[in-house]
Amino acid sequence: MSGTSIVTLPERALELLGGEPDDTTLRRYLHGLPGVDAVGLEQRAAGLGTRSIKTSSKAWALDKIIQLIDLTTLEGADTPGKVRSLVAKALNPDASDQTTPRVAAVCVYGDMVPYAVEALGSAHGDPDEGGVSVAAVATAFPSGRASLDIKLADTAEAVAHGADEIDMVIDRGAFLAGRYGQVFDQIARVKQACRREDGTFASLKVILETGELNTYDNIKRASWLAILAGGDFIKTSTGKVSPAATLPVTLLMLEVVRDWHRATGDRIGVKPAGGIRTSKDAIKYLVTVAETVGEEWLQPHLFRYGASSLLNDVLLQRQKLKTGHYSGADYVTID
Amino acid sequence: MSKRLTVPKTYKLYIGGAFPRSESGRTYEVATPQGDFLANAALASRKDARDAVVAARGAVKGWSGATAYNRGQVLYRVAEILEGRRAQFVDEIVQQTGVSAAVAGAEVDEAIDRWVWYAGWCDKFGQVAGNGNPVAGPYFNISVPEPTGVVGVIAPQDTALVGLVSAIAPALVTGNSVVVVASQRYPLSAISLAEVLATSDVPGGVVNVLTGSPAEIAPWLASHPEVHALDLVGAGDLDWIDLQIAAAETLTRVLPPENGVDAAAPSLARISAFTETKTVWHTKSLI
Amino acid sequence: MSFLEYAPAPESRAILSLKPEYGLFIDGEFRAGSGDPFVTISPADESHLATIATATEADVDTAVAAARRAYDRTWSKMSGRDRGKYLFRIARLVQERARELAVAESLDNGKPIKESRDVDVPLVAAWFFYYAGWADKLDYAGLGADPRPLGVAGQVIPWNFPLLMLAWKIAPALAAGNTVVIKPAETTPLSALIFAEILQQADLPPGVVNIVTGAGATGAALVRHPDVDKVAFTGSTAVGREIAKAVAGTDKKLTLELGGKAANIVFEDAPIDQAIEGIVNGIFFNQGHVCCAGSRLLVQESIHDEVVDRLKDRLSTLRLGDPLDKNTDIGAINSREQLDRIRELSKVGEEEGAERWSAPCVIPDNGFWFAPTIFTNVQASHRIARDEIFGPVLSVLTFRTPAEAIEKANNTPYGLSAGVWSDKGSRILAVADRLRAGVVWANTFNRFDPSSPFGGYKESGYGREGGRHGLAAYLKGAAAPRSLSERGTSETKREARAPKKEVAK
Repeated sequence: MSGTSIVTLPERALELLGGEPDDTTLRRYLHGLPGVDAVGLEQRAAGLGTRSIKTSSKAWALDKIIQLIDLTTLEGADTPGKVRSLVAKALNPDASDQTTPRVAAVCVYGDMVPYAVEALGSAHGDPDEGGVSVAAVATAFPSGRASLDIKLADTAEAVAHGADEIDMVIDRGAFLAGRYGQVFDQIARVKQACRREDGTFASLKVILETGELNTYDNIKRASWLAILAGGDFIKTSTGKVSPAATLPVTLLMLEVVRDWHRATGDRIGVKPAGGIRTSKDAIKYLVTVAETVGEEWLQPHLFRYGASSLLNDVLLQRQKLKTGHYSGADYVTID
Repeated sequence: MSKRLTVPKTYKLYIGGAFPRSESGRTYEVATPQGDFLANAALASRKDARDAVVAARGAVKGWSGATAYNRGQVLYRVAEILEGRRAQFVDEIVQQTGVSAAVAGAEVDEAIDRWVWYAGWCDKFGQVAGNGNPVAGPYFNISVPEPTGVVGVIAPQDTALVGLVSAIAPALVTGNSVVVVASQRYPLSAISLAEVLATSDVPGGVVNVLTGSPAEIAPWLASHPEVHALDLVGAGDLDWIDLQIAAAETLTRVLPPENGVDAAAPSLARISAFTETKTVWHTKSLI
Repeated sequence: MSFLEYAPAPESRAILSLKPEYGLFIDGEFRAGSGDPFVTISPADESHLATIATATEADVDTAVAAARRAYDRTWSKMSGRDRGKYLFRIARLVQERARELAVAESLDNGKPIKESRDVDVPLVAAWFFYYAGWADKLDYAGLGADPRPLGVAGQVIPWNFPLLMLAWKIAPALAAGNTVVIKPAETTPLSALIFAEILQQADLPPGVVNIVTGAGATGAALVRHPDVDKVAFTGSTAVGREIAKAVAGTDKKLTLELGGKAANIVFEDAPIDQAIEGIVNGIFFNQGHVCCAGSRLLVQESIHDEVVDRLKDRLSTLRLGDPLDKNTDIGAINSREQLDRIRELSKVGEEEGAERWSAPCVIPDNGFWFAPTIFTNVQASHRIARDEIFGPVLSVLTFRTPAEAIEKANNTPYGLSAGVWSDKGSRILAVADRLRAGVVWANTFNRFDPSSPFGGYKESGYGREGGRHGLAAYLKGAAAPRSLSERGTSETKREARAPKKEVAK
């Protein structure tokens, strides 16, 4: 049986759970949530995908998508040079069109954070104010298979080097084995490790790795668990496992966030990551957000796309809207 | 030595597992073809019919809720008991209709064999009439036959036993209960059959036998909203079109009259005529 | 600006080339009707679409005669394989002209293009495809060794799924070897008349299918015609009753698919969000103009408030408007008559003491529209819990136990369909067992498939459409065997037919 020994727990967790967040209490709570019928969920997602938006809304939608992207490079072969190239793209996505908005953030491995911060320079800041954030994956991303101490050190280091956001992974093995208390504890501790010296916190995104959790019931429970434990965002995937983000999974997570808001008044963010490559798909996600939790969620502090190749497809569409004819790969830049 | 005085049987109705007289107190004479008195049969009234429908309705739940295997065993037992009382039935048919013992014997044999045939259908009919449906989507989909409920029957009028059996048995296979109006001319075998039913583990109310005038009783069955199906197989001499029109008011399922020796001949169609098909869809998903 | 200002994304009418007027389709060609022509309009804006012929009794007689000729000379002599090939052709042509048919259907009926395009027309093609394959396999349908067609079928169909109901009627009839005279509903004849063009393109022998447009009198003439062997009707229970009386005493076989007041039962352990979708789909799909609509929500009392809250939230995202707009969820009510009826019954609901709530939709000025509406605090004794409204109006009742849910669900003269929502398999199966309904949907609703039999218990009608069972309405089985003691059973027949074996020497 695992439990948490953290000194301060999220108040709301204790209230809602009605007890210590140990395996038994969490299991009772999470397994008491209404189930998910996969066929119905997938049909609803498919229905949302048939919404058609008009041309003027389309231009707005494309810009909005760009503003919600965490432009990402998470490869073993990443170098400072690669990170600089990514940052340049993040700041100026379309070399031929300076009116193109900036992305919300760049997302890199923890040890690449210093290079990202340096490359951003004065542009490093809150996306709501025109800046670009630095999000770092941490906690032995992507597998999460390391000791808690290593995961916490991983997190603290990234924060210390200037990461504004931490994308952590949950321990899927512990979750699937029913050790919900351990999963809770790790999230709560990582949240504490996001605390800076000045008392502020880096924003914590909790990656569920929905492809490994497999069932919609598991994804729903893990979503609630992550929020109870203190996550600011729930994120679908590392992008290293297939399936990554899907529309039904994202719809499900948005429904959790909606219900959390009904229950507590708090707003939690959602980040589908991996597998969203086309503007057409990305627009479906915008629609799904708008019709599930409301348009208010279409802002960087509440919704992100974890993507790399999506940006160029959006730029191609943006160019087509401007010029009236199709564009091509040579007319968008490599990141 | 003087000949022994017989103890003549009283023929009453069979309703709800019991043998009441008609609530009207009426009877009518049943005679041999030569005109000799045989018995006074009960002359059922509309209130008897009403009571029979109430009994039938009450019996549907238990009978249709029994396993098919159980129903099959019960129906087979009826055949067993009928076989054991073969001589009595032969005598009764000879007396009522005037046919030879050989002909009566063939009729009783046929009735028993038909009963056995239908008994064997109870736990198979669903397999023949039902099936899975390969729908184009992630659903488990199955169609199954269910009993329609209470079946009103105007039995074939020209035979004493085999027509009656041929009309009742198929309705019972899937779990319907029956209210049957027997042959007016030859009603006695119907009541003797009822005695067999009463001693064969057939629950009370599953079969209810009314003797008397089909012309008088049929309209009440036709218009009763709790009679879900109406078998007019033996109603050829009645104003049966009016009966069908009356039955239409509550969308009662109606089978038309059949004439001749083949009336109500054994068939799968006679079983399915008294069933409704239910189709169930259920979502299927691993995740 | 609100991102949710979805465009009018209208499906173009240009794909349609409607004629200004249409005649009757008899014996393979269009010809004038003898009655006064009538107009069909778009219920979304009351605009004129086309002028339609009225078939008088004499026209119906001509059509039946054409069907009889085609039956006697051609169709009854044709092999099942060839009949099947015609049906396959029709299925493929429907797929080719799918968009055109969908637009015509939405224009004439008022249903959203999303539904006619994604549900109605694909099912039409599927229905013909499915029955095409049965045509040469009737021996295997479980109806006896050599089932024979009935002859000429007279068919009357409703306005709620005009082309789909046409497919449900024609496909099995033709597969089984019958010929057809069919009368589309008065307010929705267009897709049937375009379908007639498809029959010409398929080169279907003249007279096999005849389409006679008109109003109630045309239907009555068809049903009563002495040379019609089989009558099939989909419509209201009241009319079904009259037809059952009209065919009494004749040899006409009859199947009826009538009204309903289906219970959609939501248990407290239901997958809630999907149940909400199922409730919405159950009563607001096709504007509630569905015989099997889940018009009564039976929700377990412990979750009533939560379900109603979520339902109202969900309804506020439904878009009501131009049927040809790809983003429209709720289309127009089919006719002024139907709109009046819905309004009247809704008023009754209020007077009976139920609480009314409607989705905040902007209602266009022209046309026939009714916002999705929920009545809560409905009791079993209310009229709106018993009468079929046939519109986007949901009556919400509660129950405490599974047994009570079943009792309330079955407490109706209707018995067409029902829905059950629960995460517990044993309960779903047990509830499905006990519901007196011809179609039970578990954790889903309003699913249709040509292989899946559809039809009602009790006053929802009799007979099934779809599946193997759907053939039974259009065939008569082989003669029943004579007594078992004679050489009448299939076993003894087989023995009699089997050749004597050569004894090896």
